[in-house]
Parts: sequence; structure tokens; C-alpha cells
Amino acid sequence: MPKQKLVLIGNGMAGVRALEEVLKLDREIFQITVYGNEPYPNYNRIQLSKVLQGDTSIDDITLNNWNWYKENNITLHPGENVMRIDRKKQIVHTEKGRMERYDKLIIATGSNPFMLPLPGADKEGVIAFRNIEDCKKIMDYSKKYRKAAVIGGGLLGLEAARGLLNLGMEVDVVHIHDYLMERQLDSTAGKLLLKELEQQGMNFLLKKNTAEILGRKKVTGLRFTDDSRIKADLIIMAVGIKPNVTLANEAGIPVNRGILVNDYMETEVPNIYAVGECAEHRGMVYGLVAPLYQQGKAMAKHLCGIEGEGYQGSILSTQLKVSGVDVFSVGKINEDANTKVYKMHDDWNGVYKKIMIENGKMTGAVLFGDTKDGSRLLNFIKKEADIEEYLDTAGSETTQVSLVADMPNEELICGCNGVTKGAIVEAIQSQGLTTVDQVKGCTSASRSCGGCKSLVSELLACTLGDKYNASQKEAICGCTTLSRDEVIHEIREKGLTHIREVMNVLGWESDGCSKCKPALNYYLGMVNPLGYEDEKEARYVNERLHANIQNNGTYSVVPRMYGGVTNSNDLRKIADAADKYQVAMIKVTGGQRIDLLGVKKEDLPKIWADLDMPSGSAYAKGLRTVKTCVGESFCRFGTQDSIGMGIRLEKKFEGLNAPHKVKLAVSACPRNCAESGIKDVGVVGVEGAWEMYVGGNGGTHLRQGDLLFKFKDDVALIEMIGAFLQYYRETANYLERTSAWVDRIGLEHIRGVLSDRNTVKELNARIEEALSIVQDPWKTAIENPALLRDLYENVKVPAEI
Amino acid sequence: MEQTLRKVFIGESADLPEKLGKTVVIGQKEIAIFKLENGSIKAIENRCPHKGGVLAEGILSGEYVFCPMHDRKISVENGRVQEPDDGCVKTYPVEVLEGHVFILIAE
Ligand code: SRM
Ligand SMILES: Cc1cc2nc3c(=O)[nH]c(=O)nc-3n(C[C@H](O)[C@H](O)[C@H](O)COP(=O)(O)OP(=O)(O)OC[C@H]3O[C@@H](n4cnc5c(N)ncnc54)[C@H](O)[C@@H]3O)c2cc1C
Ligand code: SF4
Ligand code: FES
Repeated sequence: MPKQKLVLIGNGMAGVRALEEVLKLDREIFQITVYGNEPYPNYNRIQLSKVLQGDTSIDDITLNNWNWYKENNITLHPGENVMRIDRKKQIVHTEKGRMERYDKLIIATGSNPFMLPLPGADKEGVIAFRNIEDCKKIMDYSKKYRKAAVIGGGLLGLEAARGLLNLGMEVDVVHIHDYLMERQLDSTAGKLLLKELEQQGMNFLLKKNTAEILGRKKVTGLRFTDDSRIKADLIIMAVGIKPNVTLANEAGIPVNRGILVNDYMETEVPNIYAVGECAEHRGMVYGLVAPLYQQGKAMAKHLCGIEGEGYQGSILSTQLKVSGVDVFSVGKINEDANTKVYKMHDDWNGVYKKIMIENGKMTGAVLFGDTKDGSRLLNFIKKEADIEEYLDTAGSETTQVSLVADMPNEELICGCNGVTKGAIVEAIQSQGLTTVDQVKGCTSASRSCGGCKSLVSELLACTLGDKYNASQKEAICGCTTLSRDEVIHEIREKGLTHIREVMNVLGWESDGCSKCKPALNYYLGMVNPLGYEDEKEARYVNERLHANIQNNGTYSVVPRMYGGVTNSNDLRKIADAADKYQVAMIKVTGGQRIDLLGVKKEDLPKIWADLDMPSGSAYAKGLRTVKTCVGESFCRFGTQDSIGMGIRLEKKFEGLNAPHKVKLAVSACPRNCAESGIKDVGVVGVEGAWEMYVGGNGGTHLRQGDLLFKFKDDVALIEMIGAFLQYYRETANYLERTSAWVDRIGLEHIRGVLSDRNTVKELNARIEEALSIVQDPWKTAIENPALLRDLYENVKVPAEI
Repeated sequence: MEQTLRKVFIGESADLPEKLGKTVVIGQKEIAIFKLENGSIKAIENRCPHKGGVLAEGILSGEYVFCPMHDRKISVENGRVQEPDDGCVKTYPVEVLEGHVFILIAE
């Protein structure tokens, strides 16, 4: 039998998921063609918030890559708009003049952002937040401008606002109601949320009605109906979405708010289905993926001729994807005459919980501050459970592991993809899964918003028991199944001496990759500092060339400036070198020294020779800078010689290799002008003593350092820093900053280990060994003609081609 | 269409660093030459299809180089960008005659 032609309009989350469901049921009946007007394969729209917030990149949010379409024999026309549906002839027409006949047609055109029809809404700088294009535009604006306004204090608006803050903009959020997220939260939770977000740096204008967008060609601000104004260079409109029903409308397919469909997602026109945000089912149009995926499942069955009860509607639950804020809501959120509520409000810890009860049955809930119970509540509410039943089990919510252990199999773990505990456990057991990523690959759990990752991890833990803990020591990369600890054990045990040998002896499945080679290089050097010869071909370019590569292939040069202190002679040398090599920019870095940017590779050795200063290792997985404040020598608050201590530390530890970069700082009083609170090791002088903080990080995942010990004596402090750094070098995973390491192995554990005098002495002996071989890399390069030729010279062929 | 290939001498095999790339500049063109662990020599365009990363500075593993900019994995044999990414860089045939290395470039 020839295959039937299935055409999908809209290459988005609901449509493509529905195709996946079809393929799962029957790979033979359809020949599939997809039209999508975005020039990308299907991507995770939800994660755009995370892209804007800097937690992931556009490259990483693809759900089905180009190859997926190929492998499943799906013809994809990316970047091509469908313009018209001819329902009589069963043909779709595209903007490129293509005509495609269909036997079955799925409309999954999603929604369009709703743009308030304000005067000035067409000005440059008014952007919606819906797709990759919008996301890129917003990121571009943030580079050029400072002030942004978000119209709309709902989920999308707040996630966008958080992103703008992360991009360094000032943000006003304009909202028409008197509290935030009024569709998902009650006023108590909405107000708690406001307080929290204000603390994160958002500014709110509540009960404000925008009257006009100001500016000539470009946006300059907003005017409200009360005639007040604010300035803004960028305006994000996040007031809602409206189903994209144009095509259906023009084809005469019945539409209300969305395209009308029955329980099998059939429209009223034969052979045409609609699914996703563009569809309206029993009066509901959904804007979250969980219901859309359920729709896709029901539709796929129907398409493949399999009987089922069809789609029955969904109970919605939402979560806000802003780090540091936990809110959750499900079902009904506001009480009326028929409801009773169970309420708990702990003002001190900022935790709020409300459960709605009708005739003893649970019908909705709102959580703020602590959302661990969210998925359990969702399950109880879905089955309209008795509140008493819930309260009986609520007391036992001690740990998450016991929580998932006690869940019945039919409970949902992943709300977005509708994956139950039973399905995950089954997959773990039958397919031998051991990691969250594998579970995601096999069952789709945590594939959309990612909110259930920790539950999945706990399920793995309670299903696999000790085996999971073993697999927690994750394989260092895809080339091996061995964990870091196992590899290091083998290196020690078998006396392995170089990377190739490790890969051969330990059965690597390939020739290595950019993850394991640098890691092995570090581990080998850490185990055997005196005997190991660093393998430069396993180093990332920055550490191979001892300079930071930049986006245009030039490099930056940062000479050392101990403790941030310089002198006129060094400054003169820097100035002369900058002129001679015509550097693109001279910049003061965030690490208290000077960066010469835009140096050609061939010029690196020459500029180093001219500078005649040690390398600042601004590229190194190892000691970077020791920042200092002016301290007791000049400052009226200074209690200690912070500059002296900083320079001493930098001279002692410079050139040290480590699993990741290591930054130190010394401040001479708790005002902390050297930012000791966010350094791998931060020292703070107080009257008569030094405090030592560890595990601070000012980067992607801000973490405040923890006080480890306090010392009266300089030597004891330096010794403890040595011991701490060596313990980190010996036990951290490659590319694990001290912040993540401290979290993983625990501050108390570290304090315990370092409380033993002997251990501290031994760790110091080993770090001294590692330091004993340190040489200045710039000097080494200049003096070694073979290195210069191999690494820094290009071959120039004078031919004209 | 027939294309004439020109043979360009780029140096001695012994002078190329092992398991590393080398940038060769021919007129306006930049080519990355790699001497693999098994001794063979490969030549590809020195520009990553993603955002133009200089491939000669990537980490070489077997027949693959990892772009130093965003870690795309690219075969130096056939220029193909590996899953989950896609794209392709131009490859150039290499001839080694008595230790002299030549690349063949279309006129
Ligand atoms: C030059 C400098 C920015 C500046 O102009 O001030 C800089 C430049 C780079 N930083 Fe940084 N960081 C610089 C200070 C910082 C600081 C501030 C500080 O050190 O006080 C931080 C936050 C503090 C921290 O690390 O805890 C910082 C957090 C990062 C991170 C995030 C690290 C993290 O653990 O989350 C990265 C990415 C990474 O290392 O993986 C990064 C990576 C980079 C790289 C090397 C990007 C790369 O991998 O190629 C940048 C090189 C740009 C170039 O073209 O040369 N840079 N970077 C600063 C050099 C300081 C120095 O003198 O050595
Ligand atoms: C920033 C952001 C955060 C979100 N966060 C969450 C969240 O945390 N949880 C959650 O559940 N949901 C979230 N959502 C909502 C979720 O992304 C959507 O519900 C889901 O993507 C809808 O799927 P869809 O397939 O119906 O529409 P879409 O994913 O929008 O797909 C429709 C596609 O069809 C294309 N198209 C339209 N017309 C045509 C045409 N004529 N020809 C060809 N192609 C066409 C569109 O360009 C689009 O690519 C978020 C959305 C955004 C924007
Ligand atoms: S210098 Fe640092 S903060 Fe600036 S763009 Fe590069 S990595 Fe990001
Ligand atoms: S430029 Fe090569 S991976 Fe981005």
C-alpha cells in the first residue's frame, strides 16, 4: 500500500512531538512533510528564558536536530511559510510557490505574542519574547543600551525581566494588576514574589496602564494613563499570546478563540487536525507544553487508527523559571464561597502554602518559597484526592528520596512530558539506565522545562541504590565509562605515565576528546608532579599558547602584577609594548591588572620578550590573581597588611596548576573591598586576626564563600591555604571550581580533614613539590626555538592564489 | 568541469608538530594542517563553519579536531562537522613525497 501523505504546518514543540508519537506507534503508514517558518529545527522554546538568563545557549536548546528529520525520512522545509490551505483539493500552498498535497494535515502553528495596539507600538525597540529571533534581538539591545521596560508581570514577563537583569540592563516591570502573576498566584504569593524579585533588582510599576510608547523612530520611553512616564531603550511586550489561527480562518475551518477540535484533535473539516496552542478543546486554549503533549498523544493514536478515549482536557500547573525564586501553582488558586483552604504561612522563612478544598477534595494549590511538594500536590489534585489523605502523608515529607520512594507508580514525575514514576523506574530497570541524561533520552522526563531533574535523580538513587552512588561518580566523558576516581586510582596503581597509555590500558572507546584529554593531562601531572611531562597537544589552546584566544583569532596578554600593585617602570614597558605591537585595546581587568588585547599569535613571543614580566596566567586552570585592598598602610579602617599578604600569597602560589582556575583575595577589613567573599580563597583581616573563607565564586553561579578558619598568625594562614588548595587539587573533578567542590564534598568534611595537623603538613609537602617545578611559561617559550616554531609560527607560502 | 589543481609546497613533514595543527597562509587563504598521531597529514580550511574559529589551534583526537571557540567536533579527513551539530569545512588533498609536504589547491 502506498504511504499516506501527512503534512505538518508548524515545526514547533507540539507539532513535532505529535510526530514523535506517530513514529512511536507506526513508522510505515505515513510519508511526512513539515513546514516551519523558523529557520531552525525544532527547539525547546521554554528554554529561551534560560538562554536569556545566560544558563544555556541557543546552540544547546535544539530538541530534534537536522539529522533526526533525515533519520525518520521526514522532509523538512525550514524557513518556509504556509500561505493557504485548499481544503477541497487537500493541498497547502507555501510562500515559495510550492504546492503540497496531503491525505492528513496537522495545523500546529502555535501562537503569536499579543502586541498591545498602543500608539507607537511599531517603533524600533519594541520586541516580543517568543522565538530565537526575539531572543537574539534582545541580547543585541542589551549590548548597546541600559534601560529596559517589560510590559506584563506574568510568567513570561518576569522570566524576560530576570534575563535582562542578567544581561546587565536596568529593568522596570509594568503590570496592570496590584500583584504579580495573578493568573497563577493568589495575592499573598504574588506579593511575596514581588518582594523577592525586588531584592533581585527588578523595579515594579503596579496598577499601571500604558497609554503610549514614546520616541521618534526608536523607543525612548513609556507614558501611562496617569500621565507619568519612564525612560526605556527597549520594551518587551509580554502581555499574553493569541492563538495563530489565520490559516484556519481563511480556509474556512471553524475557529473560536482557537481552532475548534474534538477529543481526537480533529477540526470540523475532514482530514485536518489541529494541535498545540492554536487549538481550542472544550473551550480551553492551553499555553503550556504538558497539555499540548497529551493532545499530541491522543491525536497520534487517532491518526494511526488506534482506539483510545481521546484527549480529556488537563489540569495546569506552573512554575517560574527564575533562579532563587520558588513558586508553584496548580489547578484552582482563588477561594470562593464553596471553598475551604488549608493555609500555612511562615513569614520568617518566607514559605507559603495554600491548598484549595471543595467538599473535602483538593482542587488547587499555591506554593511559595518551598516547592518540593509541587509534583505530589499536582498528583493529589489530579485525582481529586481527599485532603485528609494528603495531610496524613504530608508529615512524612522528610527527604526527597523518601518522598519519591513512597510515591505510587502512577504519579507524575515530569509534568511537561507526562512521564510517571512507574515509566521511569521501568526504563531504569529494563534498559539499565544510570544517569539523568539517559533517562531523559529514553523517557523524555526532564526534557522540556527541566524542573523535575532532581526528582529523576532521586528516582535513580532509590531504584539503583548503591549502584547509583557509584554511577554518580560520573564517567569523565563519553570515551570511557570510568569515573575520575577510578581513572586516578588506575594511574596510581598501574603507574601510568602518559595520556595515550591511559587510554590504551583503560580501554578508551576512541582517541579521546576535548574533555578527557585535558583532564587526563591534569590528573597525570597531579599524581606525579616531578615525573610527568605536560602534553601540550592535550591542552586547550589558551593553556598551550599561554594567552587567551579571542573571537577573531588574536590573543590577549596579561602580565603579572602581584597583588594589583604596579610601578612606573612596568607601566612604561606595558605602554611601549602596546604601541610597538599596535594592540587593539589596553584594558584594566576585573582581576586588578592590565590586559593587552588583540595581539597576533606570531607576535606573542616578541611582546613577552619586550615586556620582560612574568605571565599573569589569565588563561590558566590554576592560580590566576590575588586581589588586594589598600589595607592598613593607607586605609582608615585597615586592620592588617592586606597588600603584603596578597603579594606573598601570589608569589608563593603563582604557576600552580589546578582542576579549574583559582582566584584569591585579601581584604583588610570586613568591608571587603577586594571582594574576598566571592573568591576560591578569600582572606579578611579583622582586629588581630585573619579570617579564611573558601568556595566563593563570582561567576556564572554566584556563591558566597564559607568561613573555614580564623588565624592570628600569618604563617598558619598561608599553611592552611596551601593545604586547602592541595586538597582541592587532589580530590576535585577536572573543571570543578572550588565552589562546586565545596558543595559536593561538604564544608564540614573539609574542615574535618584540615583540622588534623599532620594532614595539613602532608598536604603542604605535596603542594611544595608541585610548586617546585613551576617555571614562567613566557620565558620558557622565548628561550625554546622548537617550541616557538611548533606553536607560534605560521607557515607562509608567498603564492598568489 | 575540469579543475586544475596546483601543488603547493608547504614544508618538511619532520618540521610539523605532532598531534597538533599548523596554520598555513597562502595568499588570502588560511589552511590548517594536522599531523595525526598515526603520522598521516591532513589539510582543511582554517575556519570553523560555526563562527569562524581557527581550527589549527583545536585539540586533535584521532581524526577529529575540536574547534577552540565552541568545541564543535570536526573530521579532518572529510571536513564534516559531527553530531549533534552540522556543517562542513573544505578539505584539501595532501601529498607527501620524500618528506616534502604538498597540498593541492584548485587554481
Ligand atoms: C579579562 C577578564 C575580563 C576583564 O576585561 O576584566 C576576563 C576575561 C575572560 N574570562 Fe573571566 N575575565 C576576567 C575576570 C573574571 C572575574 C572577576 C574576578 O576575577 O574578580 C570573574 C568572576 C569571578 C570568578 O571567577 O569567580 C570571571 C568569570 C569567568 C568565568 C565564569 C567562571 C565560573 O566559575 O563560573 C569564565 C568561564 C570559565 O572559566 O569557564 C570566564 C572566562 C573568561 C575568558 C577567558 C573567556 C574564555 O574562556 O575565552 C575571557 C577571556 C577574554 C579575552 O578575550 O581575553 N570568566 N572572570 C578578567 C581577567 C581577570 C584577570 O586579570 O585575570
Ligand atoms: C520564553 C518562553 C518560556 C516558556 N516557558 C514555559 C514553561 O516553563 N513551561 C511550559 O509548559 N511552557 C512554556 N512556554 C510555552 C511553550 O513554549 C509553548 O506552549 C509551546 O512552545 C507551544 O507549542 P506549539 O507547537 O503549539 O507552538 P510553537 O512552539 O510556537 O510552534 C509553532 C511553530 O509554527 C510556526 N508557524 C506558524 N505559522 C506558520 C505557517 N503559516 N507556516 C509555517 N510555520 C508556521 C511558528 O513559527 C512556530 O515555529 C514558554 C514559552 C516561551 C516563549
Ligand atoms: S570577558 Fe568574561 S564576562 Fe566578558 S564576555 Fe568574555 S567571558 Fe563573558
Ligand atoms: S566557531 Fe567553531 S565551534 Fe563555534
